Amino acid sequence: MSSQAKAISLRIAQTIPVLLGVVIISFVLTRALPGDPAAYFAGVMADANSIEATREALGLDKPMIQQFFLYVGDMLQGDLGRSISTGRPVATDLAERLPASLELTLTALVLSCLIAVPLGIWAAVRQGSWVDHLCRVLVTAGVSLPTFFTGVLLIYVFYYLLGWAPSPLGRLDFLYLSPPRVTGFYLIDSLLARDMEVFFASLRQLALPGITLGLFTLAPIARMTRAAMLTALSSDYLRTARAAGLGPRKVLYGYAFRNALLPVVTTLGMVFSFVLGANVLVEKVFAWPGIGSYAVEALVASDYAAVQGFVLAMALLFVFLNLLIDLSYALIDPRIGFTEK
Amino acid sequence: MSQSIDIRTGGWSHFVYVLRDNPVTLVSFGLFAVFAISAVFGPALVPYDPLATNATSALQPPSWDHWFGTDNLGRDVFSRVIVATRLDLTISILAVAISFFIGTVLGAIAGYWGGWWDIVLNRLFDTIMAFPLFVLAMGIVAALGNSVENIIYATAIINIPFYARLVRAEVNVRRDAGFARAARLAGNSHPRVVAFHIIPNALPPMMVQVSLNLGWAILNAAGLSFIGLGVRPPTPEWGIMVAEGANFIVSGQWWVALFPGLWLMLAVFTFNLMGDGLRDLVDPRRRT
Amino acid sequence: MLSIKNLAVDFRTRRGTVEAVRGISFDVAAGETLGIVGESGSGKSVTSYALMRILDAGGRISAGDVVYGGMDLRRAHERDMRDIRGREISMIFQNPRAALNPIRKVGRQIEDVLRQHGRATRQDAREKAIRALEDVRIADAEARYEAYPFELSGGMCQRIVIAVALACDPRLLIADEPTTGLDITTQKAVMDLSRDLIRARGMSSILITHDLGLAAEYCDRLAVMKDGEIVETGLAAEVFANPCHSYTVQLVAATPRPGVHVRDLLPARARSPLPPHEVGQGALVAVRGLTKTYAGKSGPVHAVRGIDFDLLEGQSVGLAGESGCGKSTTSEMLVRLLDPTAGTILFEGEDIGGVPADAFTRDKRRGAIQMVFQDATDSLNPRHTARNAIAEPLRRLGGMKAAERDSRIVELADLTGLPGRLLDRFPHQLSGGQKARVGIARAIALDPKFLILDEPTAALDVSIQAVVLNLLADLRARLGMTYLFVSHDLNVVRLLCDHVIVMKAGEIVENGPVSRVMTAPSHPYTRALLSAAPTSCDSLSRTEAAE
Repeated sequence: MSSQAKAISLRIAQTIPVLLGVVIISFVLTRALPGDPAAYFAGVMADANSIEATREALGLDKPMIQQFFLYVGDMLQGDLGRSISTGRPVATDLAERLPASLELTLTALVLSCLIAVPLGIWAAVRQGSWVDHLCRVLVTAGVSLPTFFTGVLLIYVFYYLLGWAPSPLGRLDFLYLSPPRVTGFYLIDSLLARDMEVFFASLRQLALPGITLGLFTLAPIARMTRAAMLTALSSDYLRTARAAGLGPRKVLYGYAFRNALLPVVTTLGMVFSFVLGANVLVEKVFAWPGIGSYAVEALVASDYAAVQGFVLAMALLFVFLNLLIDLSYALIDPRIGFTEK
Repeated sequence: MSQSIDIRTGGWSHFVYVLRDNPVTLVSFGLFAVFAISAVFGPALVPYDPLATNATSALQPPSWDHWFGTDNLGRDVFSRVIVATRLDLTISILAVAISFFIGTVLGAIAGYWGGWWDIVLNRLFDTIMAFPLFVLAMGIVAALGNSVENIIYATAIINIPFYARLVRAEVNVRRDAGFARAARLAGNSHPRVVAFHIIPNALPPMMVQVSLNLGWAILNAAGLSFIGLGVRPPTPEWGIMVAEGANFIVSGQWWVALFPGLWLMLAVFTFNLMGDGLRDLVDPRRRT
Repeated sequence: MLSIKNLAVDFRTRRGTVEAVRGISFDVAAGETLGIVGESGSGKSVTSYALMRILDAGGRISAGDVVYGGMDLRRAHERDMRDIRGREISMIFQNPRAALNPIRKVGRQIEDVLRQHGRATRQDAREKAIRALEDVRIADAEARYEAYPFELSGGMCQRIVIAVALACDPRLLIADEPTTGLDITTQKAVMDLSRDLIRARGMSSILITHDLGLAAEYCDRLAVMKDGEIVETGLAAEVFANPCHSYTVQLVAATPRPGVHVRDLLPARARSPLPPHEVGQGALVAVRGLTKTYAGKSGPVHAVRGIDFDLLEGQSVGLAGESGCGKSTTSEMLVRLLDPTAGTILFEGEDIGGVPADAFTRDKRRGAIQMVFQDATDSLNPRHTARNAIAEPLRRLGGMKAAERDSRIVELADLTGLPGRLLDRFPHQLSGGQKARVGIARAIALDPKFLILDEPTAALDVSIQAVVLNLLADLRARLGMTYLFVSHDLNVVRLLCDHVIVMKAGEIVENGPVSRVMTAPSHPYTRALLSAAPTSCDSLSRTEAAE
C-alpha cells in the first residue's frame, strides 16, 4: 500500500474515535436535561403514572451504562425519539427539513467562495493597493457582522424600502406549489420539473438568506486566501520559477495558487463549523423551514428530544464534511502521510 | 523577578508608544474605553429606566427625547442599549478568561510533554471541534439550563480548543529552542521552563486569538439570546433587542433593531481591531 | 558579455528608503567565473536579483546600467526579460529544497521551463526533462522524474535546481550561496558538478558566497563587497596574495585555513600573544559505551552506538562530523539534557549518566557542566534582557543575593568583552557578536569545569567568528575550563582544539591529536572530509607563509 493510501485510510479510521466522542457527548447532553427527563418526554399533560411509564419505556430506570447502549442501539436503528411538538419521530422531521438547510448553506458557500477567493488573490497580488485595503476592511467588518442582524437589515432595505425581495417567509411564496420532491433542493427539483417560474420564485426567496450567510463566510475565506497567497508569492520556489522565465499565468496559477489552496481548504472546515451554526440564526430570521429553525422551535417548546437529535445530526454532518475536506486535501498535497508525525 | 520590574517601569511608556505607533490601535483602544465606561457607569448615566414601560410613547422614532427611539412597550432604546453593555461584556470577558486559562494549561501539557497526554487531549479537542460550535453551545445551554452562567460556560467550552491548539503549537516549536534548553541548564525544572520561559513568548499570538475570541464570544452570547436561550426578557441584552426589533422591521420601525445591532457590531469590531495592539503590547520585540 | 555600471538598488520600507547597493560596476567576460564575496547584508544577493529584475516588492534599481550582450536589461520590457531568464541567464539558489515547488513533481518543473522557452513540445518534454536530469548526474532519472522535492535529499534537490537552471542552455549562470545548508562532502560534489557543466558548455558564471575559500577555489576573478559597495576586484589568486583594501585584508585573515593560529584570524594590530592552557593527566570526563536509540516509525533509530572517549582536565577536544552523525545527540547527553539509552558518563569519577536529566537540573554539579548554544539568537529568551539572561543561572543555581549578583554580572560582561551599557538591552537590540558574548557569559557564570560548545560560531560572519574563537581561547586559559567543541568544520575545530574526534553514523571513526588527524588521517571518511574542504585554502596559507 502506498504511503498516501495508508494516510487516507488512517484518516478515515480517525473518524471512529471522534464519532464515538460525538455520540458520548450527545448522550451526556440528553441525560443532563434539567429536571426529570421522563417528565419532559411524557409531555405536559402527563400524571405521575404516565411519567413512570415513560421512564420505563425510555429505559431511564436502568443503570447509565445500559442506558447508553440502549441509546446507541436506538440511534443505529435511526430512532432519535419522538418530537413533542410535531408528534412525529425526530429522525423523520430532520430528514424532511435537511435539504432546505443544505440548499441554503451550499448556496451561501458557493457564493462566498466565488467572491472571496478571487478577491483574496487580487489583494495579495496587488498588496498595498486599494483592492488590498478594501479586502482588509471587508474582512474585519465581515467577522464583526452578527448574521441575524445582517439578515434583519437586508430585509429592511430590500423588502420594506425597495420592495425587491419577496416577503421573508420560507422557501417559496405561497402562490406557488413546491416542485415534486426528487432531491429536496427546490432549485434543482424545479429545473428537473422544467418549471422555470417556480425556479425563479425559489431563487428570489433564497437570495436574501443566501447573501446573509454568504457575507458571513466571505471574511474568513478572503482573509485566508490573501494570507496564503502572500506566503506563496514570497516563497523561494516562486523566485526560482520567475528566475527560470516562467510566464505570469504559470507563476500565479500553476505555482502560487496551487500551493495557496492548501491552507484555504483547511480553513473551509472552520468555515463549515461557523456556517452550520449561523444557519440556525438565519433560518430563524427568514422563517426558513430547515433543521435550524426546527431546533429553535423545539427549544422554545422545551422539546428536548428534537434539540438533541438536531445537535447529533449536525455533528455527524460536520464530521462527514471534515472527512471530505481532508480527503480532498490529500489529493492536492503529495506530502500527506509524510508530514504527519 | 526583575523581569517583571522592568516591564512595569517600561510599561506605561511602552503602552503610549504602541498607541502612537498605530492609529488603528489608538482608535480601537479608545472605543474599548467607551465600552468599558458604559459597562461600569452605564446604569447611572442613562436618562431613562431601561425596564420602565410607557404605553403612550410606544414605537416612537428617534428624537431629542429618545435618541434611539422607543420600542413597542415604550421603553427607551438608548438606555437599554447602554445598560446592556455590562451584561454582554461580562459574558464575553469571563468566558474568554476561563477558556484562556484552561486552554493554556491543557495546551502547554500537550505541547511540552507530548506522548499520551497529547493524544488524549487532542482526541478530546477533536470531539469538541467535531460539533459546529454554535450548535454545541445550543446543546450545552439546553442541557445545563437556561441561565446566564450556563451561557458563559458553554461559550468557554467551545473556545477552549482554540487556545489549547494554539498554545500546543507555540509550546511545541519552542520546546527544544535554545533558550528553553539554556533555562534548564540554569537550573529550571520543566514546569518552570514552561511557565516562565516558553508561555510568555507565546503570548503575542495568543493575544490576537483573545481579541478574535472576545468578538466571537459576544456574537455567540447574543446569538443564543436571539433564539431565546440564556438571557430572558425583559433584561436588556443586544441579541434579545434585535430579536424583538426584528418583528417590527417588516412594518418599517427600523430603530428598534438597528441600534442594538449596530452597538453589538461596533463592540465586536472594536475587539477584532484590538488584536494587533494587544499583541504589540506584550511583544518585547516591539520595544525600541 | 555582462556589464554592470554604477548599479544602485534601494528598498522602500516603512521607515524610509534603504540603499542596499550603492553604485557598483563589474563585468563578466565570456567563459569566465566571477565570485562576489561578502558578509551578510553586503548587498551581494540583491545585486543578482536586480540584474535578473526579480527584486522583491519595494525594491527597485535606482541608478546605473545593466547590459547583457548589447541589451539594456534595466529598461527591457518585462516580456523580453522573461525570455532572457532561464534561456540566457539562469539562477540557482540557497536552500534548494525550498527553491522547488513542493507539490509538483520535479520532472514537471523541468518541463515547465523547457516548454516556456519553446525547447520542448508536449510530446517530447518528458524525454527531454529526463535527459536534463541525467545531465546533472542523477542516477535512475526515469524514477526521479516522478519524485516530489520532499522525497529527495538536500544535495539531490540542488542538482534538480541546477537541472532547471541549465535546461535551456543559458549563457550565464548565477549561483547564490548554492551550498549553504549542505554538508561539506555534498557541497564539494555540487560545486564540482556545476563547475564541470559550466566548463563543458562554455558558459560564464557568477558565484555569490560568504565563503572566501569556496570562492578562491572555483572562481577566476573576485569582487569583494561591503555595505553595498565593491571594495576590491581582481584575479582570485591576486586578491588573496595581495589584498589591497583593509576590509579584504581583514576578511582574508579571518578565514580559517590550515597552518594558521587562532590569533592569526584577527587583524594584525589586535594579535596579542595567546596565553597557554594547561592540559592535566587525569580524565575529567570519561565516556564508556554511550548509546542512544530512538523509537522511530520504521524500527529503532541508532543515533549513537556505544562510543568511548576521555576528556583530560583542561583539554580542548573537537567533535566533528556531518549532520546526522550523532555529534549533537552526544553533546546533549553529556550536558545532561538527554538520558542515554546505555553507557556511563563519568564526571570527576562519578557516573552522572545515571542521574535522570530531569533530576540533574537541581544537581550540585549542574553549574559545573554548561553549554554554549549553536544559534545565539535562538538561545536567548526574547523577553529577557542580557542582564536577566546572565543572572538566571546565578539566581537559580548560585543562590546569590541581588548585590552580589549584580557585581558578578558586571564582572562577566567585562570578561566576555560585552560593554556594560548593553546589559539592559533585549536580544533583538543586540548584534550577532554581542548575542554570542551574552551566551558565553551566561555559560561561564558559575565557573564551569566542563564547557560544551555546540557550533558556537556557525551562524556568525567570519570576521565575528574570528573574534569569538579568540575570546573562547582566552577564557579557556584564564578559567582553566575543559572544552568539547562540536563542529562540522574541521578547519575551525583545528584552531581551538588539542584533540579531535570524528563521528560518522553514530560511531567514532577517528580519535587523535589534532596535528596527527589533520595531516595523516587514518580513516577514509576523515580524509574525505578534509579533501572536501576548499583546497585553495592551502594556496592561501602558502602565500601568507611566504609573506
